[in-house]
Amino acid sequence: MGMVNLVGPDKIMHHEHFFHAALVYLAAAVISVPLAKRLGLGSVPGYLLAGIAIGPFGMGLLGEDTAEVMGFAEFGVVMMLFLVGLELEPKLLWRLRGPIFGLGGMQVVVTAVLVAGVAMMMGLSWQGGVAAGLTLAMSSTAIVLQTLAEKGQMNGAAGRNAFAVLLFQDLAVIPILALLPLLGSSVEGAEVGVLGGLPVWLRGVMGLGAVAAVVAGGRYLVQPVLRWIAQSELRELFTAASLLLVIGIALLMHVVGLSPALGAFLAGVVLAESEYRHELEADLAPFKGLLLGLFFISVGSAMDLGALGARPWVIAGITVGLMVLKAGVLWGIGGRFGMATADRSTFALSLAQGGEFGFVLVAMALQGRIFGEEAGEVIQLGIALSMALTPLLFLFDERVVRPRVSGKVEEEGREADVIDEKHAVLVIGYGRFGHIVGRVMETVGIPCTVLDSDSEQVELLRKIGFKVHYGDATRLELLHAAGAGHAKLAVLTLASVEKSLEIVRLLQRHFPQVRILVRVRGRLEAYELLDAGVEDVYRETLDASLEMAVAGMRHLGVPGHTAVRAARQFRRHDEGAVRRMAAVRHDRAAYLSEARQSVKVLEEVLRSDGEREIENSKW
Amino acid sequence: MMNDDRAKGMRVLVLHAHPAPRRSRVNAALLAAARGVEGVTVRELYEEYPDFFIDVKAEQEVVAAHDVVVMQHPFYWYSTPSLVKEWFDEVLTSGWAYGEGGTALRGKRWMHAVSTGGAAESYGPGSEHGFTVRQLMAPLEATARLCGMEYLEPFLVQGAGRLSGAEIGEWAGRYAARLAGLRDGDGEPGGA
Repeated sequence: MGMVNLVGPDKIMHHEHFFHAALVYLAAAVISVPLAKRLGLGSVPGYLLAGIAIGPFGMGLLGEDTAEVMGFAEFGVVMMLFLVGLELEPKLLWRLRGPIFGLGGMQVVVTAVLVAGVAMMMGLSWQGGVAAGLTLAMSSTAIVLQTLAEKGQMNGAAGRNAFAVLLFQDLAVIPILALLPLLGSSVEGAEVGVLGGLPVWLRGVMGLGAVAAVVAGGRYLVQPVLRWIAQSELRELFTAASLLLVIGIALLMHVVGLSPALGAFLAGVVLAESEYRHELEADLAPFKGLLLGLFFISVGSAMDLGALGARPWVIAGITVGLMVLKAGVLWGIGGRFGMATADRSTFALSLAQGGEFGFVLVAMALQGRIFGEEAGEVIQLGIALSMALTPLLFLFDERVVRPRVSGKVEEEGREADVIDEKHAVLVIGYGRFGHIVGRVMETVGIPCTVLDSDSEQVELLRKIGFKVHYGDATRLELLHAAGAGHAKLAVLTLASVEKSLEIVRLLQRHFPQVRILVRVRGRLEAYELLDAGVEDVYRETLDASLEMAVAGMRHLGVPGHTAVRAARQFRRHDEGAVRRMAAVRHDRAAYLSEARQSVKVLEEVLRSDGEREIENSKW
Repeated sequence: MMNDDRAKGMRVLVLHAHPAPRRSRVNAALLAAARGVEGVTVRELYEEYPDFFIDVKAEQEVVAAHDVVVMQHPFYWYSTPSLVKEWFDEVLTSGWAYGEGGTALRGKRWMHAVSTGGAAESYGPGSEHGFTVRQLMAPLEATARLCGMEYLEPFLVQGAGRLSGAEIGEWAGRYAARLAGLRDGDGEPGGA
């Protein structure tokens, strides 16, 4: 009975508005994002254009609740920072401390001071100037990280340094949020959550407590809970738990008046060493993508093109001026930190826009009446337009600047601090087979990213001290998260041939650069993988049985070298035979004839080897 | 003096290298003879390392624990079977056998016990093979010298393929006597 009521006509009517909005947003995204990508612009401008198209200055397809949608979509930024945190293990973060505080600190301070100076020359008070400076010093984490990742530049020097600057900005937002109200006429913080009425010291204690709770919870509570959920083997339940985790942290941070994005980042870092890291990444990535898309669409739709129409030159001047100033500062800093020319250009051009935190800060400054309505509007438009222009800067860098200096890139490229440890080898399945492969590779200094979908096994291995990630590699997102895009080698050692085939197909389709090595049980499974186009197929019993044959022969007095050669000879022959027979196995007659032929050839090979040996052994 | 003590019990190591020793009448007989000499250690390299993966540390320890090393093998392509070359390449490391600090072999004695398929007359200037066995073994001699070892005259069994059973027996006896002599310090400079 409940079912009928739930989907009854009145309920559908009730949700019609929601579905209408969803239809508009999704359709706009589905149409404009592929278009933008085809034009080489990346997804972000696609979303922005989609927003403009459906917004009040386009087709006007949206209702009045765009602000609400934007607020909701900002959650995408929270998720993105959680995911960024997941990629950053604490020790990696520690290694990046130099660029974060050096590059990031200089960028924020120098940009803020210069912008403040310009703003004061244009008639703002010093408080207004400082607020404007800090606001415009921010860059867009969402746009920059998304675009750098899409262009595969996250691991380059430019990507790493851009990331460091963005991270510093995200950190700096906290004290800035605390500082801004002090600049205004109203002393109380604009938005500090439900604790607003409490004394400042108590709020501080609560804030610290919340941070401690996130760190401790992430370390000691989340892990066992996720393990417990993973054991239920319900994929959607794990997704639900991932979402619950991030939403919970965001709300907790909001309640104590801290930045939800930063809280999520912190939680991400805490969980970066967890075996569920890749699974969490894979589960949340689509939500992050969609929410960020929604966020950009709402930024696009909220752009007040009317104000632009009224004062096009002022706003154009401010936008261009802002971008030139920011790029100039970044260029200078990049030079001071010894970046190569090509990297320096990417670094400077990629971060030369205002950011989403800028919107938040403007809103706060307006509430605190630190600067006027008019200045706020101009700053907001400047941020939005500079964000919209960013893809063009990326394009400019990619098509114009980089080709000209690319000759120097290799020579100047300096030693890399790697941001995300995406290894060249992906070991999928870390049971009794895979762990041998992984461990042997580690002994010669080849680190592996290890995935296993048996949570108990993963837990056990981690207790022993292995770095293993929990996850089902038949999911494309998980392969992405584990760095398949950068991998050179995938070692598949799963017991299930169906799963192996599934992963092989995913890898072949989406990561054609990866060389695939697969363990199979025997001949029949080998045929299937050979059919699928895998060349490196390893029958798990072959080497052990050959070793056993060698030992047996030697016990019977066959000279060691003779025994080893016989086994090797057999192996070489049999590997060839399996490949030949895979091709004809569906034709029974041909298969049998090939099999007979194969036996005969083997006998001949072994006999002639024996004769050669006798000939050699007369003296 | 000091040598009297040592001469009583020179530790002799026979490293035998034949891919299929039981198929070679001569080497099988020599091997059996060596096993019969008291105080001689015999190791079969092709049995220890049929896959050519030599345990370098183990080999170095064994060699270090002996005063005389006899490398017993058939003459293949004017040289040793390939595992012996691999043994040289892996075991005689810089800093152990030669080079700076490489003194582990210094003062030890080194001898090859070689069986050749061709008769003695087929070696030497103007003969079928054109060189003497000693000439052909120059790289081995140089190896021993670089490692500071005393290179002894090789123990040669020639025309090995055509020897009668009785002749093989005689050679085995001579081999055993030679090994016993090495153990007792025969020909040792300043020795007995």
